[in-house]
Amino acid sequence: MEISVMSGKGGTGKTTVSINLALSAGEKIRFLDCDVEEPDAKIFLLPRMERIEYSTVSIPVIDEKLCTYCGKCAEFCIFNALAVIKKKILFFERLCRSCSGCWLICPERAITEGKRENGIIRYGEVGEISFMEGELKAGEETGYSIVRDMRKIPYKKDLITIIDCPPGLSPTLLEAIDKTDFSIVVTEPSETAFHDMRLSLELLERLKIPCGVIINKSSGRESFIEDYCSKKKIDILLTIPFDMEIACLYSKGIPFSIEIPLWKNKFRDIFKKIVKSGKSL
Amino acid sequence: MEEKDTDIEKEEDMSKINELIVISGKGGTGKTTIVSAFASLAKNKIMADCDVDAADLHLIMNPEIRHRENFIGGTRAVLNQDKCIKCGKCIELCRFDAIKDDFCIEEPYCEGCSVCSYFCPVKAITMEDSISGEIFISDTRFGPFVHAKLGIAQENSGKLVTEVRKKAKKLAEENKFNLIIIDGSPGTGCPVIASLAGATSVLIVTEPTLSGIHDMKRVVELSKNFSINPSVCINKYDINIELSKKIEDYCMKNSVDFYGRLPYDENTTKAMVARKTIIEYSSGEFSNSIKGIWIKLEEKLEI
Repeated sequence: MEISVMSGKGGTGKTTVSINLALSAGEKIRFLDCDVEEPDAKIFLLPRMERIEYSTVSIPVIDEKLCTYCGKCAEFCIFNALAVIKKKILFFERLCRSCSGCWLICPERAITEGKRENGIIRYGEVGEISFMEGELKAGEETGYSIVRDMRKIPYKKDLITIIDCPPGLSPTLLEAIDKTDFSIVVTEPSETAFHDMRLSLELLERLKIPCGVIINKSSGRESFIEDYCSKKKIDILLTIPFDMEIACLYSKGIPFSIEIPLWKNKFRDIFKKIVKSGKSL
Repeated sequence: MEEKDTDIEKEEDMSKINELIVISGKGGTGKTTIVSAFASLAKNKIMADCDVDAADLHLIMNPEIRHRENFIGGTRAVLNQDKCIKCGKCIELCRFDAIKDDFCIEEPYCEGCSVCSYFCPVKAITMEDSISGEIFISDTRFGPFVHAKLGIAQENSGKLVTEVRKKAKKLAEENKFNLIIIDGSPGTGCPVIASLAGATSVLIVTEPTLSGIHDMKRVVELSKNFSINPSVCINKYDINIELSKKIEDYCMKNSVDFYGRLPYDENTTKAMVARKTIIEYSSGEFSNSIKGIWIKLEEKLEI
C-alpha cells in the first residue's frame, strides 16, 4: 500500500505529517521523500545514508562523423533542444525532455540514446524506516523523472510506503501521487492553503484516489474547511493546533510525536485507519 | 551610427525598471504576506504573481480583471478512435506513459513531443494546441497586477512565468513606473530560474527552522549563479532565536545583505483570512518591522 501526503501550498506541514506518521506507525515503513527540489525529511528523520545512485535522463548522443546536418532532428524537436546551423549541430541539454524523437527519426542513424545525470537518489535506514530521497540538481527544468525512478524501484509488497510529495500541482506531483492507494491533503486555516486544498481534492477526485484531510496550525477558526469537507464527504483525519511547543520542536528538527506521546497515539490511529480502509477496497 | 545611439538610450531606459523578486525556497515562510505588505507600501509599481503553480496573491489583491488571455503552453496528442487500428506502436514509443492500454491518452501526462503522431502507421494521432493556463492583467487597490492561472498538473510554468514578467514589464513602461514587485514560486526549479533571470534584486524570506535554513542556502547559491546579491529577512524569528542568529551569521559570512527580523504574529493569519495586507490590518510590531525592511529595499533599489 502506498500513502501520499500532499498539500498544494508549500509549508502547510506535508513533511511534518509524513514523518510523524512514519515514526508512529509501529511497523516497518518505506519512506520516499519526493519533494525533489527541497528534500527536507532527512533533517527530522536523520537516516544513516547507505548508498546513492545518480538519477539520469535520456539524451541524444550525436556522431558528427555520420551527421549530414540535414536538420530533421531539430525540425522534429518540439522542445527546441536541437539546432543545426550550417555545418554544426547544437544540443541544449536542459531543454531536452527525453522524448526519443530525434534518435528515432535520424535518417543517418547518427544519433543514439545516451544518459545525463539530473539528480541523486539517496538510500538510508533509520529504526523501522527504510528511507529514500530524490534530489534534483539546482536549476534543472523538472524532477518528475527522479520521482518516477524512485516509484519504480522494486520493494516487498507487504511494506507500507509513505510518500512526502512536492508542493504545487506540477507533473512532478502527478508522478508522486500516481496510483497511490490513499492521499492525505495537509492544509491550514488560511485562504491560500484552503484554495490549494480544494484544487488538490479536485485532482484526487479526477484520479480516483481516496483521500482525507489533515488541518495543521489550527486556530479553532476553520469551520470553512470543515464545512467544505463535510459537503464533499471527505474525512478530516486530524487537526493539529498551532502550538508554540510544536513550532519550537519543529524548528529544532525534532518530530513532535517523539516528544509528545499523545500525538504518537493520534498518528498511529489515523495510520491504522488508512491501512484498514485500503485493505477493504 | 545615430541609430545605434538611440538603441543604447532605449536600453538604458529599459534598465531603469527594477524587478524585485521575493522567493523563499521552502514554502510557507510568509512570502505572500510580505509581498502583499510591499504592495501596500510601494508607490508607482506593478505587482506580479509568478507563483503560478499555486497562485495565491490574488486572494489578497482582490483583482478586477481588465484583460485576460489564454496561454498556449504547447501541443497535446489527440487520438482518433475511428482511425486507430490498435497496433500498439504509440504505447511502445511513448516515453511519458501517456497512452494507456485502452488507447486513451491521459492528457496530463502528455508532453506534446509528437513521437506517437509521427510514427502512427494510420495517422490516427494529431497534435493540437493545448491551453495550459490563463494570464490576467487586473486593476487593484494597489495599482496594476499581472497574474496567471495554470491548469492542474500543467507543465511550462517556467514559460508562463516568463510571460507574466514580460507583461509586467510592458505595463511598467506604459505607466512609466520603475518598479515591479514579483511574488516568486517556492523551490529551486524551473519557475524560480525563470523569475530570477534578469531580475534586479532578490529578497529571500526564510524562517528559523532547519528546513528553512537548508532551503535558504540553496536559493542564495542560485541567486549568486545569476550574479544577483540577494537580501535575506527572517520571518517568525522568535520561534527559535538561536537559529535566527545562525541565519544572520551565515549572511555575514557570505556577504549577503541581512534586512531584518519579523516576529511570529497571529495577525498575519487573521489579515489573510480578512483578505487584507498586514499593513492594512494591523499597525503592530510586524507591520513596523516590515516597513523597516521596505526602507532598506528602497535604498538598495535606488527608488
